Amino acid sequence: MTAGSHVAVAPAPSRATVAVSPVSQRRVLVSEWIKMRSLRSTGFTLLAAVVAMIGIGWIVGAATNSHWSSMDPRELAGFEPIGRSLAGVNLAQLAIGVLGVLFISGEYATGMIRATFSAVPTRLPVIWAKAALFAAVTFVLMLVSAFVAFLGGQHFLASHGTTLSAPHAVRAIVAVAVYLTLIGVFAVALGFILRSTAGGIATLFGLLLVLPGIGQVLPASWQTHTLPYLPSNAGSSMFTVVQDNPSALSPGTGLFVLCLWVAAALVAAAVLVRRRDA
Amino acid sequence: MRVPSYGGPTTYEGQFPHMIEARGLTKRYGDKTAVDGLTFTVRPGIVTGFLGPNGAGKSTTMRMILGLDAPTSGTVTVDGKPYREHAKPLQAVGALLEARAVHTSRSAYNHLRALAATHGIANSRVDEVIDLVGLQEVARKRAGGFSLGMGQRLGIASALLADPSTLILDEPVNGLDPEGIRWIRDLLKSLAAEGRTVFVSSHLMSEMALTAEHLIVIGRGRLMADTSVADLIAGASTTVVTVRTPQAAELGRALAGPDVTVSSTAADLLEVTGVAAAQIGEVARDLGLVLHELTPQQASLEEAFMDMTRDEVEYHAAATPAPGTTAPTSRSAA
Repeated sequence: MTAGSHVAVAPAPSRATVAVSPVSQRRVLVSEWIKMRSLRSTGFTLLAAVVAMIGIGWIVGAATNSHWSSMDPRELAGFEPIGRSLAGVNLAQLAIGVLGVLFISGEYATGMIRATFSAVPTRLPVIWAKAALFAAVTFVLMLVSAFVAFLGGQHFLASHGTTLSAPHAVRAIVAVAVYLTLIGVFAVALGFILRSTAGGIATLFGLLLVLPGIGQVLPASWQTHTLPYLPSNAGSSMFTVVQDNPSALSPGTGLFVLCLWVAAALVAAAVLVRRRDA
Repeated sequence: MRVPSYGGPTTYEGQFPHMIEARGLTKRYGDKTAVDGLTFTVRPGIVTGFLGPNGAGKSTTMRMILGLDAPTSGTVTVDGKPYREHAKPLQAVGALLEARAVHTSRSAYNHLRALAATHGIANSRVDEVIDLVGLQEVARKRAGGFSLGMGQRLGIASALLADPSTLILDEPVNGLDPEGIRWIRDLLKSLAAEGRTVFVSSHLMSEMALTAEHLIVIGRGRLMADTSVADLIAGASTTVVTVRTPQAAELGRALAGPDVTVSSTAADLLEVTGVAAAQIGEVARDLGLVLHELTPQQASLEEAFMDMTRDEVEYHAAATPAPGTTAPTSRSAA
């Protein structure tokens, strides 16, 4: 075997040195940021979350104000202006949850994950980067949206509205943003655990929407020990202003419980992603 | 500085830079063994073909080299350590895997930029590899709309991104037109000539014959040959010698022996196996026979491959059980 034949076949391209740095958590974060911004679905879905958060708050405010005179006394008794303007959280969480799952499952579905894990073979930095990035984007966007929803909602509620200086107003707004952020990270972890868009979204919606409904048919004594700890109920106890459910968790405990859910999902994702073949 | 080395002595293997070394590499899925105790070394400076029928375990082996799949047992290292332990993995190995590894909704440019970012590689290098593979026109378009050939070019661009010392390419010519095939062939040879390790899989012996200098042949996950292309042709199949002579019957009788087969399709024509052409010529001279033709028919690489893997093909057209194993003619297993 000699080199002669090779050299004759094709001229060697110039070997200008390419500057290459070691993989680091920060570089993986930059990479994920590029990935996130370069998919059109990211923008559309985040826009849907913003529109849901703001639009529903404003519409509910305007509708409540215009129907005020025809509302029955019981409805009036339960009226609480802060919660009304933040009602969009229920729809926004679906958009955020879908995007969180897609952020990961899209890579598994297309095969991109093999390129990702070839570049970052230790894999865990990818989980942390995706989770942190998604959390940061969701929090900033949803905090602004919740404020706008609140301010606009109160404006449309007119004389029935309240202000930011009302008790619990700021807490509720920030809690909504924190809740959506944690749901987003939870969805990212589910994406890594289940690796499929359909499975991830079904599991997330099952946990958020279906399980609380199923829990309603449990004996009452069981309900008080289970239902408040579901992610959606623990979350809503964070931002509910007037709590009429006696078994609900306190806002602080609700935050703690939801954080436990997210931490457990992230740990499961990390263990599985390290162990499984890509 | 990469010093090209063209197949040095086996004893120095451990000291060579940029090598892939598999030791007893095994992968089982349930009770099915996809890769069965593979031991081989891929050396720098030449194109090494990784050949086997479909389902032989080539892709699984390549995924194990890249740490995408974990071996059930055994080890595989690149430049002396597992791929996962490299601080700059893309610089150690650039890979093109058989299945596309690109998000279909992202542009080729952004795909490469995201990969480059993990290693702090400048965007100017991204432009460079896009130019190198000739994707300038479509770099800003969705990769999902790419033809198979464009997809392969994008895969090669990402493999070359960090200027790796080892390249692993799984069926790189799949779906390419003749011009594209020729381009890959020349590219691989020039990359090897620069001293890189180039490991290319294919199920087509004819393609490997034109590209590779060394071959690692597997069947049903087992090593069947680790040899140079020339040795494979010489060793794996018996050579047939075509002899044309007016005294065919006489010569045929003279050549007859225990390991010799002589067949005749025409009055003046013999097909001889088991005797070298030179020996036949000498026998003819001793008997005073006239020879009109004496041609060793070199078995084609394709025939050599078929011979070797006949019993090891996963999916036979006709169902024949595969008994026992074919003895591997391994050189580096020692």
